Formats: sequence, C-alpha cells, structure tokens
Amino acid sequence: MGMTITEKIFARAAGKASVKPGDLVNAKLDGVMCHDVTTPPSISMLKERGIDTIFDPEKLYITPDHFQPAKDIKSAELHKRLDKWARENNLPYYYPLGKAGVCHALLPEQGHIRPGELIVGGDSHTCTYGAFGCFSAGIGSTDLAAAIAIGELWFKVPASMRFTLNGSLPKGVYSKDVVLEVIRRIGTDGALYKAIEYVGPALKEMSMEARMTITNMAIEAGGKNAIIAADEVTEEYLKGRLKGKQDYVMLESDPDAEYVHEDTIDCSALEPLVAFPHLPSNGRKISECAGEVMDQCYIGSCTNGRIEDYRIAASIMKGRQVQIRTLIVPTTPTVWRQANDEGLLNIFQSAGCVVSAPTCGACLGGFMGVLGAGEKCVSTTNRNFVGRMGDPTSEAYLCNPATAAASAVEGKLADPRNYL
Amino acid sequence: MAKAHVYKRDHVNTDEIIPARYLNSDDPAELATHCLEDLDTDFVKKCTPGDVVVCGDDFGCGSSREHAVWAFQGAKVGAIIAHSFARIFYRNCINCGFYPIELHGALEKINDGDELEIDYKTGTIDNKTQGTKIEFTALPDFALEIVNDGGLLEHIKKKK
Ligand code: SF4
Repeated sequence: MGMTITEKIFARAAGKASVKPGDLVNAKLDGVMCHDVTTPPSISMLKERGIDTIFDPEKLYITPDHFQPAKDIKSAELHKRLDKWARENNLPYYYPLGKAGVCHALLPEQGHIRPGELIVGGDSHTCTYGAFGCFSAGIGSTDLAAAIAIGELWFKVPASMRFTLNGSLPKGVYSKDVVLEVIRRIGTDGALYKAIEYVGPALKEMSMEARMTITNMAIEAGGKNAIIAADEVTEEYLKGRLKGKQDYVMLESDPDAEYVHEDTIDCSALEPLVAFPHLPSNGRKISECAGEVMDQCYIGSCTNGRIEDYRIAASIMKGRQVQIRTLIVPTTPTVWRQANDEGLLNIFQSAGCVVSAPTCGACLGGFMGVLGAGEKCVSTTNRNFVGRMGDPTSEAYLCNPATAAASAVEGKLADPRNYL
Repeated sequence: MAKAHVYKRDHVNTDEIIPARYLNSDDPAELATHCLEDLDTDFVKKCTPGDVVVCGDDFGCGSSREHAVWAFQGAKVGAIIAHSFARIFYRNCINCGFYPIELHGALEKINDGDELEIDYKTGTIDNKTQGTKIEFTALPDFALEIVNDGGLLEHIKKKK
C-alpha cells in the first residue's frame, strides 16, 4: 500500500521501510522549537535529574515570544532561565530580544524549516511548519525535555484526512477563510489524532505565508499535523534563506495512499468568514453577521501577522480612521522593518492604530491589549476560547486581516469587499 | 475513594483549565490555586485529594501547556475521566504520570458527587453511589509503563 507524506517522514525518521497509521514508532527529530513559557520548565526538569546532554545544538531554535519583552517580574524570571541556558550551552540559534519574534513566524522566516523533516516544538501551533512539506507537531514540556536531551520521541503514526482546494480565492477572501471553512465543516475535534493533508490547484496561487495560515490552525480542528507538499513556491521561498543544512527532500503522497476522510472545497465560492465565540468552528459568513459592535481589533499572531497580512490591512486603512482600539503586532523584527520600509506602519499610525514590538502578547490574553469584562475583539488570531484574550466574559471573533481592518474602520464587523 | 466532579461540557480547553495569565509560573502548587478557574471558580475549594473530574468530548483542547496537567496534579486531582481527549493534553498526562481515562458515555454513567473506586490495571470503575461497575480501556502497555515509572523522564532514566 502507498504512503502519505506524513507516513513517509515517520518511516524515514524511525529507520523503517514503511509505516502505517496506528504504528507506534520511536522517531529521530530534525528540529526542536523552544519558547519562554514551555521551555524553562523543561530545562528545570532536566537539571533536577542531572541530565545535561543536548542532542544537537544546531537543531534547537529558541526565542522568547509569549511574554516578551518581559511583562512582569515572574516572566522576567522565565526569560532569565531561558537566556542563561541558551548562553551557557552556546546554542547557535537563540534569538534574544531584538532578534526575537513569534516562534512560528520566526523559524520559517529565518530558514530553519526544511521539507521532509520531522520537527516538534513546545507549542501547539508548531503544526504551522507543515506548510513546507514537513511533519511538525506541538508537544508539552516533558516531551520537550526528552527531545532536547536525546532528540527522539515516541509517536503514534496518524491516519490522514485529505482536503482538495479547488478554484481560486475571490477578492476579500484569503487562506484564513479556507481553514475557518475546514474547521466549520469538521469541528474542533474533527481531525483528532489525525494528519490533515491539503492538495489542489488553489494552493498553487498561495504564497508560503498564506499556506502557513492554513497549516497553523490544524490544532483548532484537533489535528496532530497539517501538511502541504513542497513545490516551486516552497523552493523559491527557501532559496538563500536556509541556515545550516542546505539540502532537503520534497516528498509526495503515493497515488494509492489511504485517507480516512476526503473533502473538497471550492475556494471560488467562499465568503469572508468570522468565527464567533467561543469555538473556532463557529464560522459565519460576513454577509450574515456584519454590524456586530466591537471594542478592539488585533492584527497579528502566528496565524496572520506576516508582511502579506499587513499589506492587506494597510490597503484598507490607508487614508481612513479606525473607530476602535486597534493593535498592530508584527510578528518578527524582519516583518516590522519591512512594514516600516514599505510605509505600512505609517499608514496604521495615521489611522489611529498602535504598533507594538513583536510578541504573542494579547493573542493569548497575556499583556499589551488584554480584554476587560464583556469586551469584544475582532482578531486575526487562531483561538476564541473562553477567556483566551482576557476576562472570561470577553469575546474574540476570528477572521482574515482584511475583515479585521474593515471592522476596525467601522467599529463593528464589516465586509472587507466594500473596501477593496 | 474518589469523588466525581462532573461538568457536562465538551471541549473544556486549556485556557479554562489554567488561563494564560498564570503561565508566568510553572510551580504546580501555585498553578493549583487557579485550576479550572475559568470553568468553575469554586473547583479548588470543592476538590479533595484523589477526586476526579468527569467531562465530555475533546477534553484539554487548545494549547500544549503542560501547566494544565500540573495544575491538576498540584490540586491533587486523581484522574480525568472524559469521553475523549485532545491529543497533546493526553500525551502530556502520560508523560507526567497522570492517568487520562477515556470513557465513552462517562456523563451518563457518573453523576456529580458520585463516589468512585478506580482500578487502573484492570480498567474498572466501581461506582459506589450507584452500585454499578464501569469498564474502560486501560492504557496500552508502553504508556502504562511510563505512567507507572512516574513519567517520561523517569522512564527514560530507568531505561538507560
Ligand atoms: S501568536 Fe498566539 S497562537 Fe501563535 S504562538 Fe503566540 S500565543 Fe500561540
């Protein structure tokens, strides 16, 4: 029987000729992402047990992001622990403040993600990297500790689902709407324990940034990973960007590979969607929900905080004023500089937005824009669970960057197609 | 004996178990004081050591924060019983030596306040209040071994 890309990666990493869904394998890791919330506990766990080995310093990618710059004394202590460990061990790919960015935006941008690899990270949205045709999944701190020390973890090979993306995205509709549609169809546990593979002609027209928005939200469907086969767009993106190892393998699923669920999405027929509180699966068409009054707008995060997203948002805000508190949070120093060079930050500021340094910040209700009781935020992030962005009675409405920008301008959920 | 705290809910997520505003700490004792705070502000007061939490589908969805498991362990919760679990939370439980009990129909078989006796090896729950015996699928051997060793790191150390 044929194998999917995900299965092929597991077979290679486990040193086997083939694997099938359900197999338990011990797999060697090609990369490990570490950030400020989940890594300090891992470091302490290893220390307490007298384990000081690091399997391969070149394969650890480290950045503070969730609470950086430190939001309070306790998070400063987390950063100190991360910083001390990275410096003491001379870890070459440590990105401290100034170089730091939101992990899942930073790692691909800095050339640490290669097709065909098996990557884990101490964060649930590690699944983002699957846009490059690699397997990547989030793990907790204990797994992360083991990963750092021995570079190996046990996995159950997931069964795969396949979504074929046909047609092409109409004006005002973006890859965020594609993934919100997927989650709307299958629910937040529709892909539990499974791999989600995306194929189809609509992908060819999507940049790596747009593809990452799709794979980023696999976890919001309960998925273990999402994967898109690497192609010319991927190769073009990687050119001159990769750090360290330059070679990679571009895999494709075999024609007779097995999928437990198949579905097709006609992208041409999609509308901008807004996921209502408190589940990412509560997607509603903008035409059916425009007018809902908001208190805040957030444009950022590992889902939609890349340069493309700010170009889209700026095109709507240019020459206009926002009616509600609006936060622009570029995810990496490079995105920040690029947005600045292109004059986008100027447009945002003139429109009445506040622009911050790269951070996760308010995406997880951490700091820099936390919501008060009953407040509503239209947001380009990925989660709208109870209390996600602040008070347990606050609400997050998830959408694409154009919808967010249009809504900021009107102070209520608004159809971006009226502005494009 | 374990008392059951039943929440008739699906998708109880990691933000409800331990909100991000407390993630600047990784001390189980401190995390425990906020365990399940955004779902039930009184949970910590009601919970006595060994008690279990019973829920519906997709328990622990959301973030990879192991803090969610540590909060339960810090609050001395004995186990979580749910129709199904989110993947990372499930894996974190095993890695921390904390038992996730997957039991379809748990919400019909267990009422809030029921007294339970749980046998993890055989996979049976004796519901003393209702006088019923409930079976669940015990963890696969390799996972049980990790739980019994006290978690993944102890397990790795032992194997070396
Ligand atoms: S931006 Fe938000 S979702 Fe992404 S890693 Fe940071 S906290 Fe998590």
